[in-house]
Amino acid sequence: MTAKIAYADIEVGTELPAQTFPVTRATLVQYAGASGDFNPIHWNEKFAKEVGLPDVIAHGMFTMAEAIRVVTDWAGDPGAVVEYGVRFTKPVVVPNDDQGATIEVSGKVAAKLDDNTVRVDLTATSAGQKVLGMSRAVVRLA
Amino acid sequence: MALDQSFVGRSYPPTDPYEVGREKIREFAEAVGDANPAYVDPEAAKALGHPDVIAPPTFVFAITFRAARQVIDDPQLGLDYSRVVHGDQKFAYSRPVRAGDRLTVTSTIEAIKSLAGNDILDVRGEVHDEAGEHVVTAWTKLVARGPEEA
Repeated sequence: MTAKIAYADIEVGTELPAQTFPVTRATLVQYAGASGDFNPIHWNEKFAKEVGLPDVIAHGMFTMAEAIRVVTDWAGDPGAVVEYGVRFTKPVVVPNDDQGATIEVSGKVAAKLDDNTVRVDLTATSAGQKVLGMSRAVVRLA
Repeated sequence: MALDQSFVGRSYPPTDPYEVGREKIREFAEAVGDANPAYVDPEAAKALGHPDVIAPPTFVFAITFRAARQVIDDPQLGLDYSRVVHGDQKFAYSRPVRAGDRLTVTSTIEAIKSLAGNDILDVRGEVHDEAGEHVVTAWTKLVARGPEEA
């Protein structure tokens, strides 16, 4: 495992480059196929509304997969991630138009831990709402 | 109706091995729009110290969730899956999942709670490779919403 960021160069409060990830209905169909999660709330508007959702929503695991990219892109080696956890607080609603939705993710180093690891706290929002809570990753730096 | 507390601590038999394919990893990385070469190019993965291409951190959920279906579908437990939403998810990795891995999952019910009419189920999935080495542990919190008030 070879992270491209040195532990010694990082301080608590260091901000990771923020990123914005687009998500459309096509993205969700592709993710359903790749992940094997075919729950119709992620692709069938009629079904989603019948169960009380405002519209089709993104898979929580899709949002989780996008959020960690802020860490893996920064660290260079995705294998440097030691721990990663999130709480699914609000759904990412994906309208059926050309725009879809966007997920905005930022992260900052919250603590320096033992063994060259740091804890990164992530913030993920969509349409101005926080969609993940307690979103934290521990990553081993060089 | 609250779920039976006696299921806390119950483990299910390990799943049959899931063989992680290179193309499956590529498909997943493409689906999340992640162009990191460590997911598709063995040389790039080797340059980072991995023996083969690795999977994105959340890839393993497809395997652990399939294993957790043993718990969800256990007729004795009686969880109403049509009312289930995913509450929390956490992973702790000993190493990344990589192409060629043959992974088995052992699922254990860690906790059952009843809160405001909802059933909350914590399932831990321990993922091991063919040599019996630990790869990753996945904690999945499922919330079965109680029926709406009439």
